[in-house]
Parts: sequence; C-alpha cells; structure tokens
Amino acid sequence: MNPVRKRRLYLALFLLLAVSGTTAALMVALEQNINMFYPPADVVAGQAPTETPIRAGGMVLEGSVVRDPESLEVEFVLTDRAGAEFTVAYNGILPDLFREGQGIIVQGELQDNGRFAAREVLAKHDENYMPPELMDIAGHQDQGAGS
Amino acid sequence: MLAEFGQISLACAACLALAAAVTGLGGNGARGELLRRSTVSMVVGQFVFATVAFAVLVTAFVNDDFSVEYVANNSNSLLPWYYKVSATWGGHEGSFLLWIVIMTLWMVAVVVRRQNYPERFANRVLGVLSLLNLGFLSFAFFTSNPFTRLIPMTPADGADLNPLLQDFGLIVHPPLLYVGYVGLAVPFAFAVAALLENRLDAAWSRWSRPWTNVAWAALTLGIALGSWWAYYELGWGGWWFWDPVENASFMPWLAATALIHSLAVTEKRGTFKSWTLLLAIAAFSLSLLGAFIVRSGVLTSVHAFAVDPERGSYILAFLALVVGGSLTLYALRGGGVRAAVGYKFMSREFFMLINNVILVVSLAVVLWGTLAPIGYEVVTGSRISIGVPFFNMFFVPLMLALAAAVALVPVLNWKRTRWAAIKPAFTYALPLAVVGGGLAVFFSEPRLVMVALALMLAAWIVVTHAFDVWKRVRARSSIPLSYAGMTLAHLGFAMTVVGIAVTSTQSVEADRRMAPGDQTELGTTAVQFVGMQQVRGPNYVADQGNFLVTPAGGKPYSLKPEKRRYLARGSIMTEAAINPGFMSDTYISLGEPLGDGAWAVRLHFKPLVRWVWFGCLLMALGGVIAVTDKRYRRLRARQDTPAHGGAAGQVSA
Repeated sequence: MNPVRKRRLYLALFLLLAVSGTTAALMVALEQNINMFYPPADVVAGQAPTETPIRAGGMVLEGSVVRDPESLEVEFVLTDRAGAEFTVAYNGILPDLFREGQGIIVQGELQDNGRFAAREVLAKHDENYMPPELMDIAGHQDQGAGS
Repeated sequence: MLAEFGQISLACAACLALAAAVTGLGGNGARGELLRRSTVSMVVGQFVFATVAFAVLVTAFVNDDFSVEYVANNSNSLLPWYYKVSATWGGHEGSFLLWIVIMTLWMVAVVVRRQNYPERFANRVLGVLSLLNLGFLSFAFFTSNPFTRLIPMTPADGADLNPLLQDFGLIVHPPLLYVGYVGLAVPFAFAVAALLENRLDAAWSRWSRPWTNVAWAALTLGIALGSWWAYYELGWGGWWFWDPVENASFMPWLAATALIHSLAVTEKRGTFKSWTLLLAIAAFSLSLLGAFIVRSGVLTSVHAFAVDPERGSYILAFLALVVGGSLTLYALRGGGVRAAVGYKFMSREFFMLINNVILVVSLAVVLWGTLAPIGYEVVTGSRISIGVPFFNMFFVPLMLALAAAVALVPVLNWKRTRWAAIKPAFTYALPLAVVGGGLAVFFSEPRLVMVALALMLAAWIVVTHAFDVWKRVRARSSIPLSYAGMTLAHLGFAMTVVGIAVTSTQSVEADRRMAPGDQTELGTTAVQFVGMQQVRGPNYVADQGNFLVTPAGGKPYSLKPEKRRYLARGSIMTEAAINPGFMSDTYISLGEPLGDGAWAVRLHFKPLVRWVWFGCLLMALGGVIAVTDKRYRRLRARQDTPAHGGAAGQVSA
C-alpha cells in the first residue's frame, strides 16, 4: 500500500474507533445519569420510581418546614396547590432563596414509604425566575412577566 | 430625550452595517476602489454609533433615569456608582448592547490592521463582519431594545440590580467573555472571506492566527473569571457545575482550542485545511448557540436571562442562517482543498490530530449533555436533567489522554520524528514525572488512581517542556515568542489539571450547626464561632459572623462571612469569607439561622483550588504572548495571487 493510502486508512480507523467508542459510551453514560423530573401529582400517584435518582419539584407548603434542633436535618412538604403533597427530608444547608411558598426542585431518591430523601435542594438565584420544570404546575402561570 | 438619541444611534449603526455588508461583499469588482474605501469608513461609523448608544445607556444608569424600563428593572438609586455603571450589562438588553459594542471594536481592530492583508480580502472580511453585526443590531432593535420608556408609569425608584451581580466579578466577567465570544467572529469572517476569494493557503491561516489567539485568550479568562465568581459569590464553594450556561461558554472554547492547533498545522504544513475552515465556522456558530442557550431561556440554569420565546426564535433563525450559509459555501468551495503533504505517526501533525479529535469528542460530549434535555422534552414531553457524573465520566479520561499528548509535543518534529529524539521523554522525563507525581499522591487523602495519573501526566508535561527550554537555552538558540507562548500555555494546562484533580478530590467540606462559642474541626484546622453582629452596607444590612480559625501549627486569624439582606428587593445573599492561599483556601459561609442564635455553617478546606484559575491565566497569557511573535508583526500584504490548495503547503516549518 502506498504511504498516503496507508495513512488515510489508519486515520479512518482511528476516527471510526473514536466516534463509535464515544457514541457507545455516551449512550451508556446517559442511561445512568438521566434524572427524570416528576411533579408532585406523579410522586403521589406512585408513577415515580423509588430508590432511583430523580428530580421532583413543587411549592414549599407554608408552615411545613420542621427543623431538627440538634443537627441540620430538615423536613418540608412540597405541593402543587392542587391536592398532591409529599414530604421531603434533607440534611444540609438550604439555599438562600428557599422560602415557604417558593417553587423549588429537589434531587434525590423517593423512598418506598413515599418520603423523598433529597441530596440536593435547588432554588433559583432570582426571585422572578421560575424553573421551567415548575411552570406547568397549576397556579403559577404568572411567571416570566416583567421581562 | 437622551434615550431616544441612543435608539436613533442604534438605527444608524444598523443602516451602516447593511451598507457596509453590501459594499464589503459586493464591492470587489475591478472598479470597486471607492466602494472598498467606503466599507472601511462605514465600519468605523458602526463603531461610533454603537459606542454612542452604549454611552447613552450608561448615562441613563448613572443619572438614575428610571423612565427607561431597562434602567428601572436593573438599577436603584442606592447602588454605588460603579455598580450603576456595571448594571448596564447586568441584564439581557444592556449586555447585548455591550456585545455589539465589542463586535464593532473587533471590526475597528481589523480596519487598523487591514494593510496586512490584500485589499479585496480585507474588504470581504469587513463585509462578513458587518453582515453579522447587522444581525446583532436588528436583534437588539426589534426584540431587546434597552431604550424602551416607562412613560407615564415611571417608577420612583428602580427594582435594583440582582445582588449576586453587585460584585467585581460581574464588572469584568461579561465584557471579557464577550470579547472572546464575539472575537471568534473574526476567524469566522476570515474563513468565509478565504472561501469567497478562493485563497486557502498558508498566508490565510497565518493572518487568522493572531485573531483566534486573542479571542481564545479572552474567552479563557472570561470562563476562569466566571468560575472564580461562582466560587466566592454563590456561597457553596463550587467552581464548576456543568450548568448549561457554563457549557455554553465552554463549547466555543473547546472548538477554539482545537482551531488554534489546527491553524498551526495549516500554517506550517499546509494540511488540515478543510478541517481548519470547518473549525473556524464551528467555533463562532457555537458562540451563537451559547447566546441562544443563555438568552432564550430554553434551559434551566443558574444565570439564564428571563424566558422569552421571541428572542429565542430570532437567535435560532440567525444561527440557522449563519451555519447554513457558511456550510453551503464550505460545501461549494472548501471540499476540494487538499494538500499532498505526508506525515508519519510520530509527528507533530499526528499529535495535533489527536489533540483535535480529543477536543472535538469533548465538545460532542458537552453538546450532547447540554442539548439532550431539550431533545428529550420535545420528543417525549417529559423533562430530564443530566447529572454532573455524566460529564465527569467523560472528561476525566479525555483530559488525561489530552495531557499525555501535550507532554510529547516538545519532542515531536513536524513530518516525522526519529526515535532517538523522542527517547528522552520516556527514559528520563517519564520516570521523573512518575516519581514526582507518585510522591505527591502519597501525601494525598484519599489516594486515588485518577489523581495519581493526573499528577504524573501534569508533571510529565512540565518536565518535557522544561527539558526542551533548557536544551534551547544551552544551545543558545533563540526562543521565538510563539514558542514561549505555547510552552506557557501548556504549563498552564498542566497547572489547571493538577488544580482540578486535587481540589475536587482532596477538599474537606463540612456543614455544621454552630452556636456562638461552639468549636469544631475542619481537617487539622480548629474553627471557633465567636459571635454575630449586625453590619450595614450602602444598600444592604447584614448579619456578620465572626469565626476564629486556627490552622495546625499556624497563626489564628478571623473570617467574617455575611448573610446580607438587600433593601430594594429584600433578597437574601450569602457572602462567603475566604482566606485565600496559593496552596489552599479556607472558606466559610453562613447557611440559615436555626433559632437560639445557632446558624447552619458551611466550612470548606480547598487545596490548590486557585491553580484551576492560575492555570487558565497562564494559558491566556501564553496565547497572547504567541501573538506578539515577529512573524505576525512583520506582516505586509503579500502578492495578491489567489493560490489554490496544493501549491500552498510549501512554507517551511
């Protein structure tokens, strides 16, 4: 084989290997790291898988935040203001914009007893900003105004 | 009246952009002398009008003109003057105006250096840039006018700038980032002009390199600044979140990094031509994609601007035109560009190819991870998010492979390298690096294979580059600035790799409940919560904690993190207190009050976290130093003969 062709062959093989390897890895990695989002209604209805990393979200129900006096453990209820509510347990520091009535997103696992064990609590850094995930939830169609 | 004046200026700039696009792209006939000259003056005109519009907006901010809606939404009379100025680019409309001003600045820079290029070529470049600027200006004018008035419902005071943005980081981060984003339009315009003029030769890539380097350096600094800002301002001690908006700036960076390297090959060896063109097009298209992601609100993000479908569709249409147009041109003209220059496996060319493949694969990963949630939602209607582990899983091995390739660069020659030249890299440098890296890992906790690999590879880069510099110094051969720049940038890369590997695995983090008088341990450091006091700033009140930190065997010092409440919006902000150090940071931030005087307290010990940004600084510095090399300074318009592919690869290495 002449050298130019040989080089092209190597190049093509190398590229093919790189591309196929990456695609395969991407698919596998994506499979493992997707976090599906579930609104409160789905969580309550049992449509969300348990013991699997997922995201859920809703409004923090007024008066539902309970702190442990000794540690950083905290519990609160997320609601969609349409009857679906579930309890979230979290151990750590809540973000600045975490407030009662505020829309937030939690990431973690739903346990078999229906409680949500959160690893992360996300509230957005602008009080006018609504996470797109929560826009579908009833009673919060007024966001995005004033921009 | 002033605001209207700004609006008129914008319109004038848009008219000039249209006219300059016409003369720039159409004025290349035999008798186009006059048209070409008018392109130049109209480009300068765009700069003048854009600057006037921007100055008008800044004035409106400084004078608290709340009858302008954008000012009313983003400023407040209590703001210190410097934040009033920087608030100009604190929201969507103003930041886009800044984007336009920076675009015209780049265009003026091209005008200043136009003598270095054939007249017709420069004219094309300015035409392409004006066309792009026309797109930007009409976007500003029709969808995001910063001069819209609130009359007669003028508010008494403004809604204030988002407190997160009241910070030094925000004063400098967006301008630098935009210099990078928009700067990539210049290599793009050079690529398009080269395709139009049919001159894809070594000269073209040499012209393009300085622009690419400077834009890339600004982008590097902008990203590093953003990361640093997130670290100290968001109050959770993280410095990279794989957030869509971060990814939006990271994707053009990856493409631009690949472009810098592939331009080097095209200039020196005349190969990779079509690939280089494609990268130039891709880099700028990705900056536009970034703008789309940030400004359309399609993605959930920490710092995306508010949702607006109209803006999103405009940018998407613009993006489609730019990508579609340039790729069509590429397909028509760029396909046949091929050079018959050979190279062996152990050659610089081949390693540049490896570099490019790794960077493009990384780019694909980020692109996929950023856009997959949108695609998924469009197809299935449900929402997903992609976790940080997804990105890390790819980036750790990819960047390690890249580090290994970088380490061999100094010993590789163009075309082919004899084993004798490469041997020292393996027989001396590698063992030295393995021992050095291994020693460092021995003291780490936890000891991880990936960290060991990262440290060894980084040490390898340092050793091979140092060997090469030493060899040149000893042989008393001159060290060209472009070579010095490359070495510095590679050392910066090694530094960033070490910083990331160490700080993301060796940090000690603790969230504690602490009442005044409480004492706790953070690794070997003792931390005592002394007490809280109220302090007052110009536009906020704050609870300030006083912590006495005593490192093992060191002098005690105090850290004073704050929980601020900004008066205008009543928003709460965490202000972390950091004891910065070259080797490690100690970081304390306040969570929320827990009653009875107790607070949730976040304590971090972050070794080598600053190396992440210092490394970026070195990379950017390297990029800029390389530009000052004499071969770019001495450029004069060469013989204006359109050279086709094959004949062009003859420039010596």
